[in-house]
Amino acid sequence: MSGPLRVAVVYPDLLGTYGDGGNGLILTRRAEWRGHDAELLQAVSDRPLPGADIYCLGGGEDGPQVRAARTLIDDGTLVRRVADGAVVLAVCAGFQVVGRTFPGADGEPHEGVGLLDLVTVKGAGPRAVGEVVAEPVGVEDLPVLTGFENHGGRTTLGEGTVALGRVTAGIGNGAGGGGEGAVGGRVVGTYLHGPVLARNPALADRLLSWALHDAVLEPLDDSASEALREERLGALHRRRLRRRK
Amino acid sequence: MRARFASATTRAVNAASRRLGRGQGTVAGGRAGLRLDPKLLEHLSAGREVALVTGTNGKTTTTRLLTVALGATGDEVVSNETGSNMPAGHVAALAGSRATRVVLEVDEVYLPRVLTATTAVAVVLLNLSRDQLDRTNEVRMVAGRWRAALAAAPHTHVVANADDPLVAWGASVARDVHWVGAGLRWQLDAVGCPACEGRIEFTEGGWSCAGCGFARPETEVALVHSPQGLPSAAWADGRTHAIALMLPGRFNQANALMAAVAAEACGVDAIAALRAMEHVEEVAGRFTVRAFGEVRARLMLAKNPAGWDELLCLVAGSDAPLVVSINARVADGADPSWLWDVPYERLAGRAVVATGDRFRDLSVRLHYAGVAHTTEPDPVRAVAQAADGTGAIVDVIGNYTAFHDLLEAPE
Repeated sequence: MSGPLRVAVVYPDLLGTYGDGGNGLILTRRAEWRGHDAELLQAVSDRPLPGADIYCLGGGEDGPQVRAARTLIDDGTLVRRVADGAVVLAVCAGFQVVGRTFPGADGEPHEGVGLLDLVTVKGAGPRAVGEVVAEPVGVEDLPVLTGFENHGGRTTLGEGTVALGRVTAGIGNGAGGGGEGAVGGRVVGTYLHGPVLARNPALADRLLSWALHDAVLEPLDDSASEALREERLGALHRRRLRRRK
Repeated sequence: MRARFASATTRAVNAASRRLGRGQGTVAGGRAGLRLDPKLLEHLSAGREVALVTGTNGKTTTTRLLTVALGATGDEVVSNETGSNMPAGHVAALAGSRATRVVLEVDEVYLPRVLTATTAVAVVLLNLSRDQLDRTNEVRMVAGRWRAALAAAPHTHVVANADDPLVAWGASVARDVHWVGAGLRWQLDAVGCPACEGRIEFTEGGWSCAGCGFARPETEVALVHSPQGLPSAAWADGRTHAIALMLPGRFNQANALMAAVAAEACGVDAIAALRAMEHVEEVAGRFTVRAFGEVRARLMLAKNPAGWDELLCLVAGSDAPLVVSINARVADGADPSWLWDVPYERLAGRAVVATGDRFRDLSVRLHYAGVAHTTEPDPVRAVAQAADGTGAIVDVIGNYTAFHDLLEAPE
């Protein structure tokens, strides 16, 4: 690979409501800690999207979400780079944006970027808010996924699209079948924010490995993340035991 | 009749709840009163001059400063000082006093309801930014609701921060707006134009939308700083007055100026109001220095990224040991993702101890921020660990319940 690994946080001015900018930071640090040259780009929406090896899209409010999708479609770089092998991590509103259609503030469908074959509509019930645990499905050899969701969308995956995980706690895609997120090629979408990679360093390393031409990555000191994972999974387990009593 | 009974019930339940030692006894009584008379807030507000203070950050301090300013006239002033800022807390404060001047801190989401109920003389709109997103509404939605409520309140003087586009959007439909240049350090939540979804450009001392032309309104008064950093209020009509507070930080200067303009809308001279605020040393424990055994600590509260941004600025330049305490209880919001929006990178090189219920979330954040730190689940022990026997006053920043845990911890 020529030059540093480039990680772009896509439109932090539009899609950055839930601290999701942290995903870009985590990917960059984990590459640097292994001796790779890495560059973290904050790609704002009024400039052309820069070329990058990994694109991170975060959560956002309805209005800015529509604007982000329109701008990405007009810009065209994201679709081109993904066709050339770039990796994408799309969270919450960003997850909806990389699908085919998603609802705006009015509930009407808006065109998405179409990187993943999925459709999101506004859910009829209350927002899905709370801790999520999901058994990984769409990416092999990952430990259980943990995160926090906060969304009002219901996402249905197309025939050829695989869920990222199967929820054992929480709502996830919420369209029946218990799916959480989606995976298509090297594009990963999820409703887990928090940011998701802080609690799931193994997923971070998988994305990094893809971007580094399937490099085998040496382990890092993840004791802080491991302690957080244990605490979160344990807290949920304890709450369930209490409820059962 | 019903209102009088409901009001008496509110007082009785509050007194009982205080006697039983169950908290400060403001919410329980208020709830009981509102159940008996859903219009109790309307009835208790009748014939009184009510000022409301709302916004994401600075509500409690601004409410206190405005209460002090109005009280300096010699009039009795009642306020919901315990920080219960929803209608139950408002009812409890009003039921306990006959004062005709009233200053109420109001939760952002409840402003429309409380404004209608109290037919307030003045409303202070401080700022709007991300806060407890798992619980409250998206900030644009809140600004939109303010807008509808203020359009329907033509007799209310609105005191609004012109530097916050979301506040300006909410206030711009009001008939009488006093625009204040109070500043806005945290601008990330305001880059999407609330009027047209275009992009807001911030420039030195201003902002505007390239799409629809929505721009910073002309201000009546602004917070300005001398080259030496001394703050003062500068009115468009030529008046100026130095702002000399015991309370630290740029954000408190802004809060004081907003309160002074609100005082003027309530018939009290703004400069006299600013003078009255000079003697306030702490507000609801914020910036209190207290002892834990041998160790002394200065307690600070930051609840969201905008608040943290201001406080990290305030503690920059000090090399005092620092404790950061994070909880995620109901009053804090269950989702501490906002930790990733706080520029903790600025703490690199400081001695930091991570504590609170969610010290593990904080520890991961600090790890990626390159901030060397230790962890200690118990906040009081964390303060001792940070002091490390040096006798230094420890700076402690906590979010809402984390701050209160330390404020109320036994000696």
